[in-house]
Amino acid sequence: MTRCIRHAATFCVVLLVALLLNVAWLQVLRSPAYSGNPANRRPTIARYQQPRGEILVGGRPVTGSKDTGEQLRFERTYTDGPLYAPVTGFASQLYGTTFLEHSEDGVLSGSDPMLAGFGPWRGFAGGRSPGGNVVTTIDPAAQRAAFEGLGGRKGAVAAIEPTSGRILALVSTPSYDPSLLSGNRPAVSAVWARLNEDPEQPMLNRAVRQTYPPGSTFKVVTAAAALDAGVVRDLDEPTDSPDPYQLPGTTTWLYNEADDCRDASLRHAFEWSCNTVFAKLGVDVGVRRMRAAAEGFGFNDKGVRIPFSVSPSTFDTRVDRAQLALSSIGQYNTRATPLQMAMVAAAVANGGQVRTPYLVERTTRQNGGTVSAAGSRPARQVMRPTTAARLRELMADVVTEGTGGNAAIPGAVVGGKTGTAQHGLGNAGTPYAWFVSWARNDDDMAPRVAVAVVVEDASARRGDISGGGTAAPIAKAVMEKVLHAPPAK
Amino acid sequence: MTQAGIPVAAAAPSAPAARLPRRRGVELSLIVLAVLLPVCGYCAVGLARNGTVPPGAAGYGAGLGVLALVAHIAVRLCAPYADPLLLPIAVLLNGLGLVLIYRLDLETPGDEAAPAQLVWSTLGVGLFILVVLVLRDHRWLQRYAYLCVASTLVLLTLPILFPAVNGARIWIRLGGFSIQPGEFAKVLLAVFFAAYLAANRGALAYSGRQVWRLQLPTGRVLGPVVTIWLLSVVVLVLERDLGTSLLFFGLFVIMLYVATGRTGWIAVGLLLAAAGAVAVGRLEPHVRSRFGEWLHPFASIEAGEGPGQVAQSLFSFAAGGLTGTGLGLGHSTLVGFAVKSDFILATAGEELGLAGLSAVFLLYALLVERGYRAGLALRDPFGRLLAIGLASLVALQVFVIAGGVTGLIPLTGLAMPFLAQGGSSVVTNWTIVALLIRVSHVARWEYDGTLAP
Repeated sequence: MTRCIRHAATFCVVLLVALLLNVAWLQVLRSPAYSGNPANRRPTIARYQQPRGEILVGGRPVTGSKDTGEQLRFERTYTDGPLYAPVTGFASQLYGTTFLEHSEDGVLSGSDPMLAGFGPWRGFAGGRSPGGNVVTTIDPAAQRAAFEGLGGRKGAVAAIEPTSGRILALVSTPSYDPSLLSGNRPAVSAVWARLNEDPEQPMLNRAVRQTYPPGSTFKVVTAAAALDAGVVRDLDEPTDSPDPYQLPGTTTWLYNEADDCRDASLRHAFEWSCNTVFAKLGVDVGVRRMRAAAEGFGFNDKGVRIPFSVSPSTFDTRVDRAQLALSSIGQYNTRATPLQMAMVAAAVANGGQVRTPYLVERTTRQNGGTVSAAGSRPARQVMRPTTAARLRELMADVVTEGTGGNAAIPGAVVGGKTGTAQHGLGNAGTPYAWFVSWARNDDDMAPRVAVAVVVEDASARRGDISGGGTAAPIAKAVMEKVLHAPPAK
Repeated sequence: MTQAGIPVAAAAPSAPAARLPRRRGVELSLIVLAVLLPVCGYCAVGLARNGTVPPGAAGYGAGLGVLALVAHIAVRLCAPYADPLLLPIAVLLNGLGLVLIYRLDLETPGDEAAPAQLVWSTLGVGLFILVVLVLRDHRWLQRYAYLCVASTLVLLTLPILFPAVNGARIWIRLGGFSIQPGEFAKVLLAVFFAAYLAANRGALAYSGRQVWRLQLPTGRVLGPVVTIWLLSVVVLVLERDLGTSLLFFGLFVIMLYVATGRTGWIAVGLLLAAAGAVAVGRLEPHVRSRFGEWLHPFASIEAGEGPGQVAQSLFSFAAGGLTGTGLGLGHSTLVGFAVKSDFILATAGEELGLAGLSAVFLLYALLVERGYRAGLALRDPFGRLLAIGLASLVALQVFVIAGGVTGLIPLTGLAMPFLAQGGSSVVTNWTIVALLIRVSHVARWEYDGTLAP
């Protein structure tokens, strides 16, 4: 019997060893694979276990966290959600993250290894750091002015500081409240469905993710190319251009909305936005130099990140001369985001230098320690400084004497360019009203702000829509807020 | 379990009864540890979840301590030679179970199981004390073998009269109370097997015809016990209590082997089991789905239905890793239904890690080993078989349920002894430990330095 008891005991030992080996295999060797299984909810739970870091505008958080006490514990809240939605995006437990919530997710959720600092115990702790904060470059007053200026209309505003590339305002209307997408209640999916089905596309970030034909505002680029190339040497010299202009190689005639465009000087053509003059100038400059100018400003660049990606603005380079003529006045396949057009204005204001725009000033730990800061990004000289100076003169004339009078600000130098972009089949659509501008106080050395405004107002009568009438007052309001604010640190 | 465990000095021939030391002081100090450890765990849960020591920590510690102390005094008075490890191990496992259940209660508000478990544990310790006090000699049980088998059958068949819960008819519900008679039945059956096999051991081993190399006992000897066993297993299969039927099968084969020493019985048992498993697998969709989930735990994920229970349990163990997430910091509640009972080990695995889980397994191993050691040292065949049977019950139960939740074998519902939520289970396991205390007392009292034949 004793022998049999020993055998039975051995059997029990075999069972124990099998259990231990299996558990060791499961918990050590298989652990990474199981933990990474998409059906495993633990990473998601860990992600929402702590409040998310905040996104700061003007030193104040525009985000918050709500403790729901549920399994996915903390939910995102937003103050002035619709106002800042194009900046923050949403952080939804059901639908993921967008814009800054997405591109800065590592810092905000606390998973960024930079948050934890260093130390040998880090790997062992295994936990997340508290969520860090993202300090944006947005100027709250400018942002609000742009949002209220657009009002109920469909449109977008982008404003940047020309000398640095800091984005001061990024507005898209109609907007939505990202708080409605936080959490995982059934109401959230209802809101999601409603927002996605809305023909007004409230979740579309028109400032950076929608391209429009830039229309006459593109004439800034064409003028820069013409001046740089020496095609035009004197602003006041006649440009030898007909009115109307027959597009080269076609029987199509191009007309003007303005008068006195025949043989006009560049100054007059710019002030009154003569299509014929700029179409001919583009053809005279040639596709190669037009392309170089446009791409210098940032057109055709698919890699712009601010830090979320910006839709590339396009300047078609495989064109015949007629298409080049149209492209040079911002039609045909020329398309630009409002942010791109703000960069064009900023380059002019900043002596011909383009600064890569950015939205995140710095990221910090919860205790305020800096994790990373926006370093000075390299500037690109896209036109000669003298060309920039002459363009500033032209743009200032537009405001003082031309179509951009609505943007004039007492005590400040303001330059602008209006645009009314045709679009749709046979140009049947309601045109888009554009205004790009820059401004500095009379006593400033450097330009303070460059703005691009686009309004696509389908409800207004066609005749009322013009860059000067519709878009310029919005740009003016934004510039005023920036000019009247104390200079940035 | 091995020769090394027996003091060599005692091997001197014809030495006078060399009783082993009582070691009651060792037991007491181990009990203090076994109470402190769960109290620390209880505080750890509170600190992890709310940042404060739970207000009930002192009361909980005092409660567990008083229970353990009373049990210890009972052992000291009535079974002074009992193995000093048995009681501390039971206290520690029971305490750890209470901590784990309390911890899971925090995440399932409105469904608190820990207070009831504490009441059942008190009841279990009460029964433990009763057995230790009343059962002066375990051989007394031998006389009631047939009463035991009758009660077993009654207990097993009763749940058929009650509605099924989650697919299994294994509960008796009276008012708000529910008990699982299969749990009690397993102890009674072990007593019956031990008594019957001890009485008929000679006849089983040496009578009857020889078929090939297998010495068959006469049907008259083997018949009754096989009938009883088959009857129990058939009833359990009808009730869909697969875990317990597996347990009864393993128990019977081990005890038969130990009693007769015939390897052939194991072969016959395995053949029978294989045939039975195939038959049940064919007839029962319940079994087939369990088997399928074992082979492909992630099939439901791939089908887009989300992870099944076994997959969730595997995720839990994997999340624990080597050192665990810490008490109160895991997410084993994702396992969902049965997380406090059948799947309690997933919480242990996730929050205590491989280190803690191995410690838990070793505690069970130690408990089993102490049972086997008592069996080896005893001289009466009934006592030996009883000790081996009870220890094997614990070993098999741990293996079947732990193997099930870790994906080693197909999952069959059983309670992890002492750890899992379940009143019947706790009470039964305390009874098992009480019986082991009694037999180990006799074993160490009678121990004369030799091993019985």
